[in-house]
Amino acid sequence: MGDGDLALAAHLMRRAGFGASRGELETLASRPYDDVVDDLLHPERFADVDTDLCDRYYGWDNYHGPAVGWIYRMAVTRRPLQEKMALFWHHVFATAFFKSEHVASLNRQVEMFRRVGMSDMRTILLELSRDPAMIYWLDNNENVSGEPNENYGRELLELFSMGVGSYTELDIKNASRAFTGWTFAQPIPLYPHGHYDSQFERRPEEHDDGVKTFLGESGRFDGGEIVDIVVRQPATAVFVGRHLYNFFVADEPQVPAWPIEPPRDPEALRTLVAAYLESNGDVRAVLRALFTSDFFKEAQLRRVKSPTELVTGVMNLVGFQAMPEPGVGVYQSAVTAMGQELLNPPTVEGWHTGKEWIDGGTLNERVNFAVNEVGDGAKPGIREIVDRVSDRGGELSPEEFMAVCLDLVGPLTVGDETREALMAYAESEGPLRFDTEEDEKASGRRIVRMVQLIVSSMEYQFG
Amino acid sequence: MARNGHNGKDPVLVIVQLSGGNDFMNTLIPYTAGVYHDSRPVVGIPADKVLPMDDEFGWHPSSSALKDMFDDGTVAVVQGIGYPNSSRSHFRAMDIWHTCEPVEVGTEGWLGRATREIDPNGENVLTAVNFGRGLPRALAVPGVPITSVGDLENYGLMTGIDDVDQRKEALDVFKQMYAPAVGTGPVMDYLARTGLDVLKGADELKKAPAMYKSDVEYGSNAIAQSLRDVARVHLAGLGTRIFYTNHGGYDTHANEVPTHPQLLSDLTGAISDFFDDLRAHDASDNVVMLVFTEFGRRIKDNASGTDHGTGGGAFIIGDPVKGGLYSEYPSLDPKTWANGEDLAHTIDFRGIYGTILEQWLGIDPTDIVGGRFEQIAPFADAS
Repeated sequence: MGDGDLALAAHLMRRAGFGASRGELETLASRPYDDVVDDLLHPERFADVDTDLCDRYYGWDNYHGPAVGWIYRMAVTRRPLQEKMALFWHHVFATAFFKSEHVASLNRQVEMFRRVGMSDMRTILLELSRDPAMIYWLDNNENVSGEPNENYGRELLELFSMGVGSYTELDIKNASRAFTGWTFAQPIPLYPHGHYDSQFERRPEEHDDGVKTFLGESGRFDGGEIVDIVVRQPATAVFVGRHLYNFFVADEPQVPAWPIEPPRDPEALRTLVAAYLESNGDVRAVLRALFTSDFFKEAQLRRVKSPTELVTGVMNLVGFQAMPEPGVGVYQSAVTAMGQELLNPPTVEGWHTGKEWIDGGTLNERVNFAVNEVGDGAKPGIREIVDRVSDRGGELSPEEFMAVCLDLVGPLTVGDETREALMAYAESEGPLRFDTEEDEKASGRRIVRMVQLIVSSMEYQFG
Repeated sequence: MARNGHNGKDPVLVIVQLSGGNDFMNTLIPYTAGVYHDSRPVVGIPADKVLPMDDEFGWHPSSSALKDMFDDGTVAVVQGIGYPNSSRSHFRAMDIWHTCEPVEVGTEGWLGRATREIDPNGENVLTAVNFGRGLPRALAVPGVPITSVGDLENYGLMTGIDDVDQRKEALDVFKQMYAPAVGTGPVMDYLARTGLDVLKGADELKKAPAMYKSDVEYGSNAIAQSLRDVARVHLAGLGTRIFYTNHGGYDTHANEVPTHPQLLSDLTGAISDFFDDLRAHDASDNVVMLVFTEFGRRIKDNASGTDHGTGGGAFIIGDPVKGGLYSEYPSLDPKTWANGEDLAHTIDFRGIYGTILEQWLGIDPTDIVGGRFEQIAPFADAS
């Protein structure tokens, strides 16, 4: 940035994180853009969230606990991209509570996403294949020699790496055979012992050691070798690239339509695919290519925010305090009411994104949530917005009043209809004055209301 | 074709979902069967406490309101409702009931599909209304507008703004901001239309509490309040054809003895008040209610409650209903128990959905429930 491009800093933090306070954005905008990206790509340079505190507050009684804790983490983390990538992989490798009802394993899965989410695809898919929550979710614990269960083998290729159309049914069968015997140790029962997760277990006696042919290669493959072959495929590079583009740049059609619908920006996808292939599937390298590209920088306010992004963004706007409070559960409920129940996606296909986040009920929830949160003038972030406007002193014309609020909330650019509507409101009570204490109070209230109107706009639904 | 037994008015369906798995065996009780009492030393209802229906079955003592309605002939009991290879996971089981997809994971809800049949162009945003937070999967179909109301008094946008004038001003600004604009692309168009639909729906819905007057005093519990909301919107005549609401807490693994009677008492009292209310307003002749749950519970108790089971029960209630027992009560012979411990289902729930869609709403159920399934005939003849 260097040139103090605040809009770009805000864009980067909305996409690569969960938003940031105005003060943070100003600091980031004063630094070279590529340095900021480098920091995002290296979470280990920053302290982690204190999970002990988190666990103590949010407990593990059911999946709401970890989901609440996760929202809290997203809002306060100093490692935003690490957390955003955990959310990304949760979208792609969608595993839900409803089948296992086993909280500890799900939590462990998200921790795994945090740990390896920015490493290379080989490590990621290998960890995924060894993850107890995933193994149970897709029945690989029932995948044994002589009686293969193809659920995991199929989804590994279809939804987790290559996408439909780049392999045969025989490849699925043989991939599944290679994963026979990949299971987990029976976890300690919840009652009366409490929440314990499970461990990966490979049982040689259940493994099919025969020769398999997979994507044209043959051998006595084990699951690891299947992963090795998968991550080398150009189809995998395209699939991962398109997912990253959809999550970080601009809305793509839903995954099942990918074989039919061309990518939104083929040139951008080629850049991501090249970064993948040159780095042997290094996700960090692909992310660097993505965040430093022009197509990323130009894609501001073009994606419909997911419920998680909307809620955490508002939390950052209002200056959510870093100490866990019991009230943080409302943010998890809000995300759920908007259609994204964390740790409980509807199917293995994950959530449908983009415009499908919006229906009458969810739009109602989104608008009311944001309006209510920013309507509390006592919240530190809102107080700061009021202070920043009033610190200018003197008198602000309606035009300036609207412009400064749009700037402090985003910076947000809006269309003509929204601009006219906001202007009409700004003009309704004349210029903003701060001469007397009374003026200052009245102006403070008007600023809060202007911010409420801004967050209810169509444009605010985009990030 | 739609039934004519509703005086030419459009038929209305009210769904009450009992979440957690209602213990059907303790709702309609085989009180003279020794195996019932032997299997349930803790949660079993003593024979002398049961409200007898005949010399085989009787009602739970806390469901006298339902018994009275049954005696009046307006309750059809669907015994042994379920589906093959019943899932014991609440979430999966509820999903199956919502999407009619017992094998694959479905994404379209059966009532969302029905709503699309009733109102193909989405002309009335209130054709289907859910009361409760979050839209049940049963109502979710992409592109079908469904209104979901958390709190009828405060439904709509900007409800957190207390000051009436300020809220009105905010709504005016909202309306202007969401005005259709030229050349902003399909996503913005969709967003604008959705925003205006929400405004429209809220404008209509807010008429309901204002118009409502009733002598019926509902209980203060959640299901009573939800059904009162249904009554208020139905009586306002806003064109709603499908109502949905939920009563939670039926997952009685533990402490079933104190909790289950309270649930039944709240539920059956609320249903009885609801129909009394409609009758008092001469508005009950086109309303049918389906009460369902995701599964029944295990035959044997666990010394505190009952674990997840299969073969449950459902109720179809209303003045157009021909009361009585339908399908068969699952066999109590231990040799026939599913998985050696569960009541085996005797009728597929998709046939009951089919019954209601075809015989009540007048909609071909084949594509909605995924095939043809055995139906029952619970509706009175056309009047």
